[in-house]
Amino acid sequence: MTLSADTRETPRWERFTPSQRLARFAVYLGMVMVVVWSVRNVRIIPEFLYDAHNQMADLFTRMWPPDLAYYPSTVHGALIETLHIATLGTILAIVMAVPVGLMAARNIVPFRLVNEFAKLILVASRSVNSLVWALLFVAVFGPGALAGTIAIAFRSIGFVGKLLAEAIEEANAGPIEALTAAGASWPKVLIKGYWPQVQPAFWSIALFRWDINVRESAVLGLVGAGGIGLILDSAMNFFQWTRVATILIAIFTVVILAEIVVTRIRKRLI
Amino acid sequence: MSADTAPQDAAGLRARAFRPDWRMRAIWAGFAVYVVYAAGQLNFTWDRFVIGLDRGAVFLGRMFPPEFARWQLLAEGLLESLQIAVIASAVGILLSLPIGLMAARNLMPVFVTVPARALIALARSFHPIIVAIIFVKAIGFGPLAGIFALILGSIGFVAKLFAEAIEEISLKQVEAVRATGASFMGVVIMGVLPQVLARFIGFSTYQLDSNLRNSTMVGIVGGGGIGGTLFAAFQRFDYDFVAAILICIIAMIMAGELIATWLRKTFQ
Repeated sequence: MTLSADTRETPRWERFTPSQRLARFAVYLGMVMVVVWSVRNVRIIPEFLYDAHNQMADLFTRMWPPDLAYYPSTVHGALIETLHIATLGTILAIVMAVPVGLMAARNIVPFRLVNEFAKLILVASRSVNSLVWALLFVAVFGPGALAGTIAIAFRSIGFVGKLLAEAIEEANAGPIEALTAAGASWPKVLIKGYWPQVQPAFWSIALFRWDINVRESAVLGLVGAGGIGLILDSAMNFFQWTRVATILIAIFTVVILAEIVVTRIRKRLI
Repeated sequence: MSADTAPQDAAGLRARAFRPDWRMRAIWAGFAVYVVYAAGQLNFTWDRFVIGLDRGAVFLGRMFPPEFARWQLLAEGLLESLQIAVIASAVGILLSLPIGLMAARNLMPVFVTVPARALIALARSFHPIIVAIIFVKAIGFGPLAGIFALILGSIGFVAKLFAEAIEEISLKQVEAVRATGASFMGVVIMGVLPQVLARFIGFSTYQLDSNLRNSTMVGIVGGGGIGGTLFAAFQRFDYDFVAAILICIIAMIMAGELIATWLRKTFQ
């Protein structure tokens, strides 16, 4: 927005410069073209759509009533396993992300090359979806919760590390200088200078990621990485829709509960 | 600690400056205990880890060099993922405008906000992959299921943040527009939208980015796109083809991130 001060000299005020207008127009045109191209080329079988509402209704009638007796025998254990995967994965991610985050923060490590290398690790971690990480680790560690936990951890490094590095870079330099002037060693500066300043951000990042990981760990089982996704997959393969309904309700409840817990703790922390 | 007795000597001062925080230490100890307990529950053993590392080396060795010979299959899958992401973002963001507006508690009566908020909560709490499974079962395999799943996910994210942005606007401008006798749509277009449009574009581009990521995944459950090819390659142990697909997915996602940043700059 170019609201310049000298409006007296230019009586006709325009919100955008011609080049800005051109850029916006180009973006609009480009967006419309991409959407039109997508709609015209996407491989959709229209016959499937005609009875979609019937199929949907059929699916939900098959799901009703949910097989609640299935919960105590199988779903509960899988649900707990999912929560363990999410929590352990988050903790492992933090353990790995702290050194990378420190390396990425420019006020901690004053070498550009190290910063860029750390940022590369963070970007690589974020660019691979957690399901892909899970596929990779299932191939490495075999099916099970270990693959899921490590997949969650690797996926979260990028998120935690990036936000942590940003929080560290925003830390006030005053206390750091005071500690350095008093002759504090390097670990002491980190623990007594940076940590108290970064702590609120740290907890809120960790909680936020845990909330996301609870959602993500619920689907890891679809590729064999443990948790509730595993029994969801098998219930669907056997067309046991009432069990599927129970599992979906369980996932829904846990996700909502996790969100409530996170909001509560955040309110108390901040 | 004797905080109230104002210690005279330097030693006392130093002791007060960095008092041990027993509550925090207890929390850390609790975490340590939990890690050991949960790792035991999930049967993590060091042996499994070490065996896995050996297998991982073999696995990595088989991934290189990546095999691009079946590039046609690869390009087809990537384009389909792109189409899914574009259509889902366009429809999802357009639908988010009215739904987000309906969910804003400062503009709408309760009987409108409650259903809109329930819809948003429902759309938000399931992972797009799980929603994709349901749609695959309901409308069959193919990109349409993926598109529907991502539309729902987009509504959950964009409409929620849009509603929150609307709830934070200044009502003075809304009142001013209303005082001129503007209709409801006039109030929305002239009083509300200019205040939230910049933020709306911000999280719309974020969602475009996120849809692009997820569109490469919905194929794993049959929702179309490159994910199906990737999963099939994994199950056939075609690890060199897997490597090629992964490289292309990552390249596409990074390109998408660049475009999203550039879009945001254009509209600032």
